[in-house]
Amino acid sequence: MNITLTLAWRNLWRHRRRTWLTVSAMVFCNVLLIFSIALQFGTYGLMIENSLKLFTGHLQIQHPKYLDSPKLHYSIDDAAKLQTQLQQELGENWALASRGMGFALVSSEERSFGIQVVGVEPGREPMVSSLPGLVKSGKYLPSAPTETIEIVIGRKIADNLKVELGDELTLLGSGRDGSFAAGIAIVTGIFDSGVSDIDRAMAQIPLDDFQTLFTMEQQVHSIVIQGSSAANADALQERLRQWRASHVKQSFAPVWQPRHWDELLPGVRQAIQSDIASSLFLYSILTLLVAFSVLNTQLMSVLERTREFGILSALGISPGQLGRLVMLETLLMASLGFALGVLLGAIIVYAISQVGISFPGMEEMHSRFNMPARIYPELSMLPLTLGPAVILVGSLLASLYPALRLQRLEPVAAMRAA
Amino acid sequence: MKQLQTLSTLAWRNLWRNYRRTLIMTSAIALGVWAMIFMTAMLRGMMADMITQGVNNLPGHIQLHHPEYRADPSIVNRFAPPGDELLEQLNQADIKSWSARVRVPAVIASERASRGVNLIGVDPAEPLPLDGNLLKDGRSLETESDRGLIMGAKLAERLETRLGKRVVLMSQDPDNNVVDRGFRVVGIFESELSATEENQVYAGRATLQKMLRMDQKISELVILTEEQRLLQPTVERLAQSAPHLEVLPWYELDRFLGTSVETFDGFSMVFIVVIFLALSFGLVNTLVMAIFERTREIGLMQALGMTPASICVQILLEAMMLLLIGLLVGNALVLLSLHSIKDGLDISGVAEGMALMGAGSVLKPALHTLDVIRANGVVLVLGIVACALPAWQASRLDPITTMNHT
Repeated sequence: MNITLTLAWRNLWRHRRRTWLTVSAMVFCNVLLIFSIALQFGTYGLMIENSLKLFTGHLQIQHPKYLDSPKLHYSIDDAAKLQTQLQQELGENWALASRGMGFALVSSEERSFGIQVVGVEPGREPMVSSLPGLVKSGKYLPSAPTETIEIVIGRKIADNLKVELGDELTLLGSGRDGSFAAGIAIVTGIFDSGVSDIDRAMAQIPLDDFQTLFTMEQQVHSIVIQGSSAANADALQERLRQWRASHVKQSFAPVWQPRHWDELLPGVRQAIQSDIASSLFLYSILTLLVAFSVLNTQLMSVLERTREFGILSALGISPGQLGRLVMLETLLMASLGFALGVLLGAIIVYAISQVGISFPGMEEMHSRFNMPARIYPELSMLPLTLGPAVILVGSLLASLYPALRLQRLEPVAAMRAA
Repeated sequence: MKQLQTLSTLAWRNLWRNYRRTLIMTSAIALGVWAMIFMTAMLRGMMADMITQGVNNLPGHIQLHHPEYRADPSIVNRFAPPGDELLEQLNQADIKSWSARVRVPAVIASERASRGVNLIGVDPAEPLPLDGNLLKDGRSLETESDRGLIMGAKLAERLETRLGKRVVLMSQDPDNNVVDRGFRVVGIFESELSATEENQVYAGRATLQKMLRMDQKISELVILTEEQRLLQPTVERLAQSAPHLEVLPWYELDRFLGTSVETFDGFSMVFIVVIFLALSFGLVNTLVMAIFERTREIGLMQALGMTPASICVQILLEAMMLLLIGLLVGNALVLLSLHSIKDGLDISGVAEGMALMGAGSVLKPALHTLDVIRANGVVLVLGIVACALPAWQASRLDPITTMNHT
């Protein structure tokens, strides 16, 4: 074994209690960081995927102006052809479905409410959205065309309209050309998503009926694209822009835009960002406190060895070597804290990943993002080592000051020191 | 008493024998306390903002409805304006003000587009005619039979309409007949929450009562109270005098807001304790070192007749002084940092995320005396508790052995 290493290791245990106290501070902060970062990673992933899965999807193709002003006449022409081309281009890993979005006054025998009416492709919609699976009574729209218009509505709007399965609803609105749009639909299903904005204000009908009702011909408002992970949306957006450049004539302004989920649902990323900002505050305070602890320990340990260091330098050991010795001691101590912290943190996170965790108030918060009340963080490398690595680096930086002090050591004066 | 004075002098001098260590530890304590109070003040500010917005949005601290109204907010679930018995309760001192409103779902249509909205009928003489939203353009309603309409800026944009234009509102009367009426847009308001700007429209109460054929009846009674949090007595009193109505405070009307505020106290305490624990290792370490260096000295003092209790007290005094200096610096830092952002921290970059959680885009810290006392108390009391063990151990040392210690 390298002699400097042996020396550093032995020095560390000259004050057993001090070393253990400092290591404990590191372990405590490491475990805390591992726990909360693992929890955050788990929550954020779910938050993004679940809120996108419900309705928005990972990406949508829209008329360039539709995002800022969602009006009926900002639609995409000849959408079926575009959708087929895109499906061929993207392959089986991406699910595509077209939608039309309009607004109508929906009336039952007793009540009327203004709600959003979405025209969907019944066969494809379940591949891009979890809403069809949330139909709790009745069934989702049939894939085959039917004589009458069938409609699925949210639980809350159903209660407010006082309708049940099989009841008739009258739809009133204005079509794309400004004409009067009216139709009668039969309630075939009622969904209950838990997100009150959707349960209270949305209805879905087959796209064909939607296009007839709102005089849309073959136009749609968006083509929703859902892949395996929201993280792939950036690459997909770029790919679609390139595809557009090579396949669509650019003589005028582009007729459609690929919209990233971040543009479609900006609240999700921002909620995550503000959560990260407040936890970063706590993490940096913890790291700083550990750094202070290490600084204190190492400075003390250097000061009490002034005489010893004086003798060592008189024997020909350079100040640089002495500095490296102190840094090595810190590194050993910090590695011990790292190893114990990761071990303990892994055990805790593993235990939670088995039984799940829930805080008071979490259920209310999570229902806003279509998330379950209890979450199961996953044990993975990054959250397990990210926090401890920062603490390790912080400790090393803190011991720079005591190590650098040694560079000014005067051997003769140091040997005379008490 | 004289002895305590001597012990304090000793403790104070001991503290500065190794000034570097004391300074490092003081900075650590100061940083910890600053973080505790600063973070609590920020969270409190956010909470206060959420409550204000929530109360503006509902609106009111307490609402009275027909028992069916919240499940089914339609015109059918209406009730008569307050009678004498309820009026007497409403004029008690704990109630700041109240207003009677009509609130029904409606469809609004311009020449270009139509949307679903909440149509709210108010008497402009009563408080919160616009639920705390600010009028941006045009005028406010003048009387309860004003024939104008006030809508949010975003809704105006969606409907492609503007000030002075006419819009049509459609809703139902109590007998399920569709009723409609034209209104001129006389005012445009702005709101911190975009959903409010898109979904709320305001008109005169009497105008709506006439349009909806509901006579003098109303949909809700909105009450502002002096007290924000402890509303239970007021709620019970009102419920007694209005047995046929549902009386609910804001924290039950908006469960999300209610639980957020409830869990907040718990979270801020967890936060304080976590930081304290991270701090305590360094604190105990410092004290252990100080005792270790002075082992011989402590033995000598004991040999000269100092009692173990005095030694224990002396070390605890040293710890307390260290803590107090740290707390002093920490609290000074809090005042400085909060003063520098007293106009609020602009977080509009994440405004829509904050809106999802019900808060606005400017974060104003709110420093509560109780929070300051709590953070300082935790650090001081738990700090001394953490130091008790090393201090006690020091007082148990055997004089003979320790004096031989080098």
